[in-house]
Amino acid sequence: MSKPKVAFYWCASCGGCEEAVVDLNEVVLDVVEAVDIVFWPVAMDFKVSDVAALEDGELAAVFINGAIRTSEQAEIVELLRRKAGAVVAFGACAWLGGIPGLANLYSRESILDYVCGESPSTVDGGGARPVEEFDAPEGRMRLPHFDEDVRTLDQVIDVDYYLPGCAPPAGLIAQAVMALVEGRLPEKGSVLAPDVALCAECIRAATKPEDLKVERFYRPYEIVADAETCLLAQGLVCLGPSTRSGCGAVCIAANMPCTGCMGPTSRVIDHGAKALAAIASLIETRDPDEIAVLAEQIVDPVGTFYRYSLPASLLHRRVEPAPIRGGPAV
Amino acid sequence: MSEQAREDTFEPRIVAFFCNWCTYTAADLAGISRMQYAPNVRVIRLMCSGRVDPQFVLAAFRNGADGVLIGGCHPGDCHYQEGNYNALRRIELLKQTLVGFGIEEDRLRLEWISASEGDRVQKVCNEMTERIRALGPLRLTTPSRVEAGAPGPAHELVEQVTS
Amino acid sequence: MLEPEAGLTTQPISTNGGPRIGVYVCHCGLNIAGKVDIEAVVEFASTLPDVAVARDYKFMCSDPGQELIEKDLREGLVNRVVVASCSPLMHEATFRRATAEGGQSPFYFQMASIREHVSWVTADGAEATEKAKALVAGAVRRVALHEYLEPRRADVRPDVMVVGGGIAGIHAALTMADAGKHVYLVEREPTIGGHMAKFDKTFPTLDCSACILTPKMSAVRSNPNITLWTYSDVVGVEGFTGDFTVRVRHRPRYVKADLCTGCLECIEKCIHKQGKFDDEWNEGLSKRKPIYIPFPQATPAVVVVDPETCIWFKTGKCPQTCIEACERDAFDFEQTETFDEVKVGAMVLATGFKTFDAAKMPEYGYGLYPNVYTSLEVERLLNAAGPTSGEVELRDGSKPKVVGIIHCVGSRDAKHHLWCSKVCCMYSLKLAHMVKERTGAEVYNFYIDMRTPGKGYEEFYDKILKEGVHMVRGRVAGVTDEAASPEEEDHLVIRAEDTLIGSVRRIPVDMVILAVGIEPQPDAQDVRRLFNISCGGEGFFTERHPKLAPVSTFTDGVFLAGACQGPKDIPDTVAQAGAAAAEVLAMVDRGFVMLEANTAHIEDEVCSGCKTCVGLCPFSAISFNEERKKAYVNEVVCKGCGVCVGACPSGAAQQHLFTDAEIFSEIEGVLAYV
Repeated sequence: MSKPKVAFYWCASCGGCEEAVVDLNEVVLDVVEAVDIVFWPVAMDFKVSDVAALEDGELAAVFINGAIRTSEQAEIVELLRRKAGAVVAFGACAWLGGIPGLANLYSRESILDYVCGESPSTVDGGGARPVEEFDAPEGRMRLPHFDEDVRTLDQVIDVDYYLPGCAPPAGLIAQAVMALVEGRLPEKGSVLAPDVALCAECIRAATKPEDLKVERFYRPYEIVADAETCLLAQGLVCLGPSTRSGCGAVCIAANMPCTGCMGPTSRVIDHGAKALAAIASLIETRDPDEIAVLAEQIVDPVGTFYRYSLPASLLHRRVEPAPIRGGPAV
Repeated sequence: MSEQAREDTFEPRIVAFFCNWCTYTAADLAGISRMQYAPNVRVIRLMCSGRVDPQFVLAAFRNGADGVLIGGCHPGDCHYQEGNYNALRRIELLKQTLVGFGIEEDRLRLEWISASEGDRVQKVCNEMTERIRALGPLRLTTPSRVEAGAPGPAHELVEQVTS
Repeated sequence: MLEPEAGLTTQPISTNGGPRIGVYVCHCGLNIAGKVDIEAVVEFASTLPDVAVARDYKFMCSDPGQELIEKDLREGLVNRVVVASCSPLMHEATFRRATAEGGQSPFYFQMASIREHVSWVTADGAEATEKAKALVAGAVRRVALHEYLEPRRADVRPDVMVVGGGIAGIHAALTMADAGKHVYLVEREPTIGGHMAKFDKTFPTLDCSACILTPKMSAVRSNPNITLWTYSDVVGVEGFTGDFTVRVRHRPRYVKADLCTGCLECIEKCIHKQGKFDDEWNEGLSKRKPIYIPFPQATPAVVVVDPETCIWFKTGKCPQTCIEACERDAFDFEQTETFDEVKVGAMVLATGFKTFDAAKMPEYGYGLYPNVYTSLEVERLLNAAGPTSGEVELRDGSKPKVVGIIHCVGSRDAKHHLWCSKVCCMYSLKLAHMVKERTGAEVYNFYIDMRTPGKGYEEFYDKILKEGVHMVRGRVAGVTDEAASPEEEDHLVIRAEDTLIGSVRRIPVDMVILAVGIEPQPDAQDVRRLFNISCGGEGFFTERHPKLAPVSTFTDGVFLAGACQGPKDIPDTVAQAGAAAAEVLAMVDRGFVMLEANTAHIEDEVCSGCKTCVGLCPFSAISFNEERKKAYVNEVVCKGCGVCVGACPSGAAQQHLFTDAEIFSEIEGVLAYV
């Protein structure tokens, strides 16, 4: 019997998810044993035309990481959707928008102006901007359209499963691939990680008091955190209570607070909103002015609470275009 | 309807979350007293302002509300002792977050209205309606499924191969 | 108008006999119909998802109106009900009952208020109709997600407890015992009677305090329905409304209470010839022996041995003449603390007050100058059973010729307590009268305002004025023994601005009486935690509502009586104690309490043990299981505020009748169509 065919593709991403697959170390050999990888741009030289030539549904599973920002990404994922049995949104960017999703705080125009014009490392190009079609001596050159917004994968195509994390932990990846191979995948739409927040697996959980109140919030560089006590109890903004477990709480083990990359549990529709509700409940004072002071200690609340989930959030993006830091307003 | 036309005839839609014991009762009192006020506020009854989840506020905006009003008991008077303080803390943090989203501060309003203050319900509803009218409709981008952009190189390639 | 996002409501609605919603729009005569286009609303409602039937009627709350609902339910046309009419605060209960009568769980019901919130407040009919549609749509979308809930009740145990044996506790206990209930009356002092037993006469009638109190104390002792536990305190309370398990500690007297007759021979024969230790009952104005009885009419009339001062306990070497003296062989120096655990349905807290510590105001000289007394100390002087057998004397035994009484000591004071202690003006006038009567002295009362609001109180004030007591309206700045003139030598001098004449006065006196205010007991915070109630900012126990529910608390089954809830005089205390007893009797006689339907609950599988919710509950309804690392809501204690649900970062906590899905659905509904 032939092995199931799988494909990996990357959209607006950092490449970390690709490395996560490689990070499986020896296990990757089991994976390679069990499946036939027919498309993996970062690692193998298959072409889009190879994918196009497949039968519809011929691919058992397609693992797509990264958010959608260009027309090329949208087209390729549409193609992969046609050819796939199951599409797995691989990593925080594909599921929730990820860090690239924070670009939704800026308008498309202001991004292009900054990158092509005002950034410190740009040599004055006389106002050059990317064009989508250009006649070169070699022929007509095309560039993908740079979208207005960053979108999640399921805002573009139907997604069957989500593998959370930035990047997904090796253990969860291996589990997902093996489940696929063995035909043990759960119901469609599931997130392939425990549906319970990080505190359940954090070894410091016992040191978190039942009535925790924080008098001051610190940014990670402001204190040297004690290596054994709950980080929230020390005033660091740890999003553990609102974020799925399954990652082994590795950030906590490195003495850094959870930033929310594993996304929310299934009962929550907006990760940032619940993350902020949890943090707000740590404030003890009843005085509105004091509350405001404490809240202001969380610099950049959108970036803090929606670090990975802005495109997936209820508001999806900033309402008015915002200037790139240091650049002119649009 | 064109954007301009919509703005000219713009009637704000405001969703309000009123706590059962104080603000909802005050709204009833305004009714009993026949106080007339703008019809733009649609009230959702909760037992306590402390039940207000930030997701509710965002869902209201997402579903088309131009403003959200939250009404609870005065500090110290919460029927459940401290619920309104929890609302205060959550909403303050939410407000600071909404600044980052570019949503004008006046679109989310937290008011303490006791059961005997029917007139305040009238006043706040009228004021907020006018304020939101001045701000205009909240224009959220709908991240619904969009076609895969204009036909581009990959599309053509696919066309070539499959035909 | 934006399309609602698909998938915003998270629960799939089963198609097997799914929701069939009946929408009933009320005209309320012309109250709604006069403004809202009822037909248009009914027409609109019939287009909404899952609506099987949409009707209107003139008065939905009437019998025929309710019958409309019941009939549709019985015939299976509908299985969920929306009524668009008045406020749910008016008729939610009515229509829930109708739903139940129709054979469906009453919680498959939602109301849209289109009268108080629409027809009565909207000027334009068209706008009113649109708003009514929006609210109806919200209710319809919401009710589609309501879950099956049954009304729950819990039984109430028949026995009751009163904590505190002052006049409040005594009155409450007697009232409930006379109604046939078994009452446990727990008092921490060796005798009941509280502060009232220390007074000599009570205002405004000048009755002898003991004369009116001791018959009640005696009645407590002899009432077969009262189990009197003195020298005892509550150390643990478990359980909840209607089913409390209370652990009571009994401290050892080293005397067998059932054998002691109160003959007091043992005290007489104690090897201490005289009292040597501060007598707490006499406010430290006299000395007692290690074996003592607080006062002659103490109830129970059983002596107490104080192990801190008794030689036997301190050295083991004493001839124990007390044992010899006892004809009943009642002593038992081997006694230890014992405990009792009882189950009661309701409790009345009547733990009383303490007086303000005058030493906190050194400007008044208490503790500095020997002849500065607190009001309570002077009560003991005046009391015939007190340290001076009723004589008002200075420390050197002589009688004062001029006495100054300073009002508002510790009260109405930004540096100490902001509140008015309510009783001090009256008792200061009483003390003025009695001191004058006993000693013939000139008496000066220094007051800010004269507060005499009760029945007969103003008349009493008038009487005292006529007796020639001098009234100086001004807050006393200080008391000093430094004479500024020959007349002031060997006197204490009270300095105060007499605001009515606009000048500062120095009045030399022999004796200063400080009208100390009422404050909460020092362990009020510990006690309130024990009983799961709360204290206000000042430290008095918090009543459920200051006007409409002054004797109940937010913890069902725990009631308040007397000064522990706030300063008050004896008439109000007794009235409140009677009220508390009545509410207890109502609860116990009914035999059950209805539980809140909209309680919170935590979905075990999703709970991560993050503990965000645990400390948020003001009713301590959430507990954390250390072993399983999960939080649990006690749905009997939960009052249904939903604070924990709003805070829960993983959505594990939900609130019946106010689930996230139901509210999201209502939000969508009010915005999706209109």
